[in-house]
Amino acid sequence: MIWSSAAEFWAMGGYGDYVWGSMGVSLVLLALEVLTTHMGRRQALDAVCEAMEADTEEVHDEQQRVHASLGPARMNPLSSGASS
Amino acid sequence: MKLFHYAAPHNFYHLAGRLWPWLALVASALAVAGLWTGFMVAPSDAQQGQAYRIIYIHVPVSWMAMLIYLAMAFWSVLGLAFQTRLSGLMTRALAPTGALMAFLSLWTGALWGKPMWGTYWVWDARLTSMLILLFLYLGYIALTSAIEDPRRSDRAGALLAVVGSVNVPIIYFSVQWWNTLHQGASVSFTQSPRMASVMLTGMLLMSLAMWLYAVAMALRRVRSLILVRDSHAAWVQQLPEVLALRALRSAA
Repeated sequence: MIWSSAAEFWAMGGYGDYVWGSMGVSLVLLALEVLTTHMGRRQALDAVCEAMEADTEEVHDEQQRVHASLGPARMNPLSSGASS
Repeated sequence: MKLFHYAAPHNFYHLAGRLWPWLALVASALAVAGLWTGFMVAPSDAQQGQAYRIIYIHVPVSWMAMLIYLAMAFWSVLGLAFQTRLSGLMTRALAPTGALMAFLSLWTGALWGKPMWGTYWVWDARLTSMLILLFLYLGYIALTSAIEDPRRSDRAGALLAVVGSVNVPIIYFSVQWWNTLHQGASVSFTQSPRMASVMLTGMLLMSLAMWLYAVAMALRRVRSLILVRDSHAAWVQQLPEVLALRALRSAA
């Protein structure tokens, strides 16, 4: 071991502010990057779920549109009038 | 060829998912070993005292800042040449880590400069070209997020990455080409290192750790980018992690 005490280690020969300012900020920012990347994964999965919901709604709308276009033909007032 | 197999985003998604945890694990182990070597084993420097220990973070992040930009340019060339979708996504996934590395290079450099040169900042070639690199990263991120259409966005980003890469050799050789306050390279391709081997060991361990960390982060980020871009594709919607979250959301 090159240090005789913990205090000597933290003092870094009088350069403590510079050395720990470098190491500390680097560590904090790297940890933040890990965290935001982790949250990005969750957001991406959420976005996929929302896309799926939008897709099923689209399919639902499509079915309704098909249904609606068939509907009036079946209840055509002219055809019902002709039978009576 | 296997390479083209993995150029398909859905194959790469699974490959990246298998790789990144191991890379992160090895990166952490190497960082612990590197910090121990640098702070507990390596002696103080004859000229710079204990302040030189900033080297163990400053040099690795500076190398990575340059290397990541070259990696982005490499992916961009592939993307422009072969129109592979993965290229744009990988370039995008690398940029935030590169920007962070460039910022840390400037930050740790400033904190090294103050006790050694008496100033946090000087407008000399090495420092200015590194600041330009940070702006190139930020510019890339701003440009690609400003263009909605993914194809156009990827192309515009690729052009910026390729053109901007001329700055990297300028940073690297700036200490030789111009008269600068920054010291010359302690480690180069052509000469044997001009530093004690235990210091070199610590620095190389930290560099390797930072390299694996950057790859792990890019792979983790590219998986999210692939998910979002292919969010309407059947293969994404059938992923177990997607189905699990969907079940959770419909239960809530």
